[in-house]
Amino acid sequence: MEWIRQRLDKIKEPFSKGKKFEKYAPAVNALDTFLFVPNHTTKKGAHIRDAVDLKRVMITVVLALIPALIFGMWNAGYQYLSQIQAEVGFWEALGHGAIKLIPMIVVSYAVGLGIEFAFAIFRGHEVNEGYLVTGLLIPMIMPIDIPLWMVAISVVFAVLIGKEAFGGTGMNILNPALTARAFAFFAYPTYMSGTKVWVSEASDVDAVSGETILGKLASGNEVAYSSMDMFSGLIPGSIAETSTICILAGALLLILTKVGSWRIILSGFIGAAIMGLIFNSLGGSFPDNDLMNFEWYNHLIIGGLAFGIVFMATDPVSAAQTTKGKWIYGFLIGLFAVMIRIFNPAYPEGIMMAILLMNVFAPTIDHYVIQGNVKKRKKRVKAQVKTA
Amino acid sequence: MSRDIKVKKGLDLRLKGEAEKTVVDAPRSKTFAIKPPDFHAVVPKMLIKKEGTKILAGEELFFSKYNEAVRFTSPVSGTLKEIVRGDKRRILEIVIEADSENSYKDYGKMNASSASSEEVKNRVFESGCGAFLKQRPYDIVANPEDEPKAIYVSAFNSAPLAADLDFILGDKKAAFQEGINALKKLTPGKVYLAVNKKVASNLTDIQGVELLTVSGPHPAGNVGVHIQNTDPINMGDRVWTVGAEDVSIIGNLFLTGQYRAERTIAVAGSASKEQDRKYYKTYIGANIEDLIGEVNDEQTRVISGDVYTGLRLSNKQYVSFYDNTLTLIPEGNNYRMFGWLPFTYNGIPSMSKTSLSWMFPNKKYEVDTNLNGEERALVVTGEMEEVMPLDVFPMQLLKACMTGNIEKMESLGIYEVIPEDFALIDYVNTSKLEAQEIIRLGLDLMITEVG
Repeated sequence: MEWIRQRLDKIKEPFSKGKKFEKYAPAVNALDTFLFVPNHTTKKGAHIRDAVDLKRVMITVVLALIPALIFGMWNAGYQYLSQIQAEVGFWEALGHGAIKLIPMIVVSYAVGLGIEFAFAIFRGHEVNEGYLVTGLLIPMIMPIDIPLWMVAISVVFAVLIGKEAFGGTGMNILNPALTARAFAFFAYPTYMSGTKVWVSEASDVDAVSGETILGKLASGNEVAYSSMDMFSGLIPGSIAETSTICILAGALLLILTKVGSWRIILSGFIGAAIMGLIFNSLGGSFPDNDLMNFEWYNHLIIGGLAFGIVFMATDPVSAAQTTKGKWIYGFLIGLFAVMIRIFNPAYPEGIMMAILLMNVFAPTIDHYVIQGNVKKRKKRVKAQVKTA
Repeated sequence: MSRDIKVKKGLDLRLKGEAEKTVVDAPRSKTFAIKPPDFHAVVPKMLIKKEGTKILAGEELFFSKYNEAVRFTSPVSGTLKEIVRGDKRRILEIVIEADSENSYKDYGKMNASSASSEEVKNRVFESGCGAFLKQRPYDIVANPEDEPKAIYVSAFNSAPLAADLDFILGDKKAAFQEGINALKKLTPGKVYLAVNKKVASNLTDIQGVELLTVSGPHPAGNVGVHIQNTDPINMGDRVWTVGAEDVSIIGNLFLTGQYRAERTIAVAGSASKEQDRKYYKTYIGANIEDLIGEVNDEQTRVISGDVYTGLRLSNKQYVSFYDNTLTLIPEGNNYRMFGWLPFTYNGIPSMSKTSLSWMFPNKKYEVDTNLNGEERALVVTGEMEEVMPLDVFPMQLLKACMTGNIEKMESLGIYEVIPEDFALIDYVNTSKLEAQEIIRLGLDLMITEVG
């Protein structure tokens, strides 16, 4: 360890203050701090600091994503292979998924981190770790067959327009990963929706159907999956969104480590369940609408709802920041997600739109929560003036 | 009369190296110093300019340039040795070479209870005891022309390793009572005294105060918490706060007619020598060399005050004016490989559950000064609220201060806070934001813009 440290210090020398490559220091520092927590000591303020830092928080989210990622990789292979052959081996399926998914992850990280590093050097600040999560989320919410160049362009759009245009990490209004997906969704709709994209090779091999449950429901087709399939994730869909079990495992880690807000997660599911129940009760009058008559609990475990609520809605930057605000924000996301599903046949899945919509309204929610505190203060002043 | 205050939000950090509860006389320092930077926003105007002048304890050294009634006096008798100046000739330290015995300037005895408010106020300010009165909002030395709506004294210091003020006052009760009597004359409102509910207090029978029995985690002892729970500060209000031991100095002024700037200082912290960890009786502005000797300041951080709010000192410097604690902790200028991995390095205490240190609530930790990361953009939300017992939105208030939005700062409660209320936020926040500094700058902006 000592030896590595000394080597690193040597490499870093030309990048130190007043030296030739000073400008590029953020890039080298980003790599260095990836190996070592630096020896910086407190200069002002409190003399001691908590062990937590942003890197630790972000890595925790990455860890929480791992179960869904591995399952998604395997499921991508399984959905395809199970339609063309009788028996599917575990490694066979995982291998098929890995060949498709890993290049996407590499592209996403390479392009995104490239931009992040460039902006850090250009603006002269350290590289923020936020992209570690965003860069993994983006491929996880794409269809498996999306061309790599589309992933790259979506990443560029998300990082440049979604994040850096607003001032960088911590300032963005929309969740960057969802911005990437929304961009791809509207720019390349044939690759992002329909009946052909949700299972690997479905667009090329005629025998393979690539329709999601939500798509089937919207067009009135028969759904051949049981609730258990939906819960465990043996269904077609975006790469990592299918397995509710794996997502809940991630949610558990996020909640236990307090990295993700349990309030948003819980209220999100409550909101979706309530909306589902409302439509179920109305469903009798519309016997032809399959989505309305789809049981409310099944609404919670299909599509991207669970993934969106657990990993996207909880992004602290774009979510509501006040405690009360988080309850409202999560609840409305769940509510709108199911509502968009049922009312808008153009978008069989509503969670992306619901989260982006609430991202925009999160500051408004916070504003009204904070006004409560401000009003209390003003009232006090008034009461004092009266008694005086 | 007593009133309970239960604090729910906050954080108790258990650190190694508590001071043993025995009081000893410190060896007489050769030099003492008053440090004008301790008095925020005061521009000192020296009264005695010549080095080598003889001074008595309680004799005036300097006054505030913008308010002549705010006077600062010498804690000991001796000769003025040196006026240490920094950039732009700013006075940093006024060093006094002390006589072996103090001789005092006589202000004359006075019975605080029977004297008039005017007399009491004049006496307090002319003797330099005005420096002990701190004004809220803004956390600055009080202005004698004001009449505060209440005065708060906290004998409960909840910060880790901080001196137990209640214990210090055990044998100074008579002076403390007289000090309270004097403070009562300075306000038409109440004098509040806060004590720790969890331990048997020496001060429960003090007369003429509204007793607050406080329980809960740090910052339960902070005056800001007590004010908000009893009589919150509104725009235009003035509230004064006084340190607990300072009350007894004011009391002694009335009892004896002398400005006896006695200060009991607890030496604590895991980097201090075990035999040093005691309470020392000395005077304000004592040289730290007499308490802890010389330390290697590459390896040890010497802090005047507690680990959250204290001031960093180097060898041979002086304890700050208001502080009762001298904390020594190891410096943390070392690298940690893969230190960002969650659930590793659990020996570093953390409020975050990404460390396993929460599993050992009774363990005592040895902390160092490592930043444990680097400064980053504000990302994580909700963690500041967990350690903020005041009824404010900390993150929003900090952002308002950063952008200098005065109207927003006002409506979010800038008048109710001082930097120490944000000390725990300094400690816990993931982005390593310097919250105390931001609040201080925000308050300074308010002083210049609103006054």
